Amino acid sequence: MANTSYEHIPDRGATAGVLAYLGTACAVLLLMMLVGLLMRLEQAQIIDLGANWFYELMTLHGAGMVGIAGIAGAAVMWHFLRQYVDLSPGIFMANLALFLVGVSMIIGSIVFGHFHAAWTFLYPMPSKAMGMWSQEAAAMFMGGLLVIGVGFLLMHLDIARAIIARYGNFARALGWPQLFGHDDGNAPPPTVVASTMVTIVNIVGLVVGASILTMMLVNLYLPEFTIDAMLAKGMIYFFGHVFINATIYMAVIAVYEILPRYTQRPWKANRVFLASWSASTLMVMFIFPHHLLMDFAFPQWMLIMGHIIGYLNTVPILVVTGYGALMIVYRSGIRWDMASRLLFLSLFGWAAGAMPAFIDGTITVNYVMHNTLWVPGHFHTYLLLGMVAMVFGFIYYLGKPAQHATESWLDRAAFWGFTSGALGFSLSFLYAGKESVARRYAVHLPEWLPYDRVGSLFAALVVASSLLFVLRFFSRLGAAGRDYARAPLAQGAMA
Amino acid sequence: MQEIAWQLSLVLMTLVAFGFGFVAINSGVRVEDYTPLQKRGYRIRSKLFWTLVAVLGPAMIYTLLDLPYGASRAGNQAGPAQVVEATGHQWRWELSRDRVVKDQPVEFRVTSADINHGFGIYDADMHLVAQTQAMPGYTNTIRHTFTADGTYRILCMEYCGIAHHNMMSEIKVGSL
Repeated sequence: MANTSYEHIPDRGATAGVLAYLGTACAVLLLMMLVGLLMRLEQAQIIDLGANWFYELMTLHGAGMVGIAGIAGAAVMWHFLRQYVDLSPGIFMANLALFLVGVSMIIGSIVFGHFHAAWTFLYPMPSKAMGMWSQEAAAMFMGGLLVIGVGFLLMHLDIARAIIARYGNFARALGWPQLFGHDDGNAPPPTVVASTMVTIVNIVGLVVGASILTMMLVNLYLPEFTIDAMLAKGMIYFFGHVFINATIYMAVIAVYEILPRYTQRPWKANRVFLASWSASTLMVMFIFPHHLLMDFAFPQWMLIMGHIIGYLNTVPILVVTGYGALMIVYRSGIRWDMASRLLFLSLFGWAAGAMPAFIDGTITVNYVMHNTLWVPGHFHTYLLLGMVAMVFGFIYYLGKPAQHATESWLDRAAFWGFTSGALGFSLSFLYAGKESVARRYAVHLPEWLPYDRVGSLFAALVVASSLLFVLRFFSRLGAAGRDYARAPLAQGAMA
Repeated sequence: MQEIAWQLSLVLMTLVAFGFGFVAINSGVRVEDYTPLQKRGYRIRSKLFWTLVAVLGPAMIYTLLDLPYGASRAGNQAGPAQVVEATGHQWRWELSRDRVVKDQPVEFRVTSADINHGFGIYDADMHLVAQTQAMPGYTNTIRHTFTADGTYRILCMEYCGIAHHNMMSEIKVGSL
């Protein structure tokens, strides 16, 4: 039986490596947010960059945000996982180094090579440039992604090694003995379960991603080596879906670890928790056909599978993680500060964003909403208001100057600015999607402009609030690296 | 359909917000003994789970009854289809005909000569009524029956490069 007692684990400061990850993530995140704002302003016809710049920025924004979400998620996971298993700091840093090399290649391909085939690089677009970019620019972009993928693969292999060394195999690390046998209450902690799930899916996803990138690089220089376009699309979306979803599953570890410290209540890996994470391991890998619902030639059983898993996937998010947060916070006496607020908000963002997402995964809905702004509408809800809020909560937790430190009105204002900005920004996308505004258009029709202008205002609010969060973090880097109690005792809690 | 999706999303997102808001408001006064709270919480969770199963399960199955895929749609529509061969190019649509009549099924056979495009049919109010992907090496078939005369627009629904947003065409629905 899972017990209900809370066992305090002392708050630890971040290593220099984790701080390097977070510093990189915050800087690039802000830059990519500005790029996103520019795109919305361009669509709103408030500025005039031109289609070429728009699509280059779109490619940069997509690749940059996905990459940085991976880096930020990895920082959260690595910081907490090292409490339980013996990880290699060298490999962790090698991933960051490879990431920076890859990012430089991607930026070079876009800024100097004018590559703009979107971060999804759908085959055979990179090699059909219509004179807009060179073969070398396409190779630099795909090579950059490949280098980043190799770095992440190395990091996950090291995590796999460490988990297996401590728990024997993945099944034990996922708590299968407790799930399928007698629950002795000794299942691995949520951080280990989540890290195992992410490691399994990302190793598979990254190998598939690296395979299609390699095939496309060969095709770039040897056009007679052709690839089936449907196979390529399936592989790209498999990799893309797994990788971006894994970022949320890594970042949510911050919630599992930090909210119990604030509420002095346990977040244990009981049977329901273990079942949901094992189910998510499979669902994250088999849901990818929901990106291909409008590819009628794709095997129909797989499309129906994508539809069904889209519905099933909402259950663990709502019933296990979202509801779990509500349970430990309810009548806990939690002291609300920036970290606890942002982490609580993040689960709302994840759960709320899952609603328009599963609706979009309904085949008959997808028929009239696929590739409209409905899509960025739902993923910005669970990524910006969910995953990014988890990361912001984590950096506020790390940088909190003292256990009972007070915070300024400016931070609180930024919290509400971020919340309302991200919600308004996402809803403006969703509303535009309802009005059939096509996605990834540099130039919008006159009747679409009002949604773009409202969206731009909210986006500016998100950028301004995030700027404060990031500046606050950079000003507290010294504190973030030290070991001391950060989470305050809940009101009325016995010490 | 779009209106239903929007309203349903708003309702569900509001319910989620209500749950989080309720707990945030009731977070201040601590109950030290967590065990009874936890037991009650698990009971409510079971109810939430079965409510989700009861609501989402039928919705998931019901929405599978009318799939837009060719083979599924073919049996539902009587009469000979008006065939339109549609081919996507960077950056234009090539249509074998640009005029069809209403109340008779139209079969759009969609493919691409170069890279991925998306074939989206917009009505006169610029609402999307049907779409499929246009892929090199594959033909995706939309079977759609127009019920109103007018000029419909074809927009590209898959990013395909610098003039993606300009890749538009028209198809007229009315008397031949």
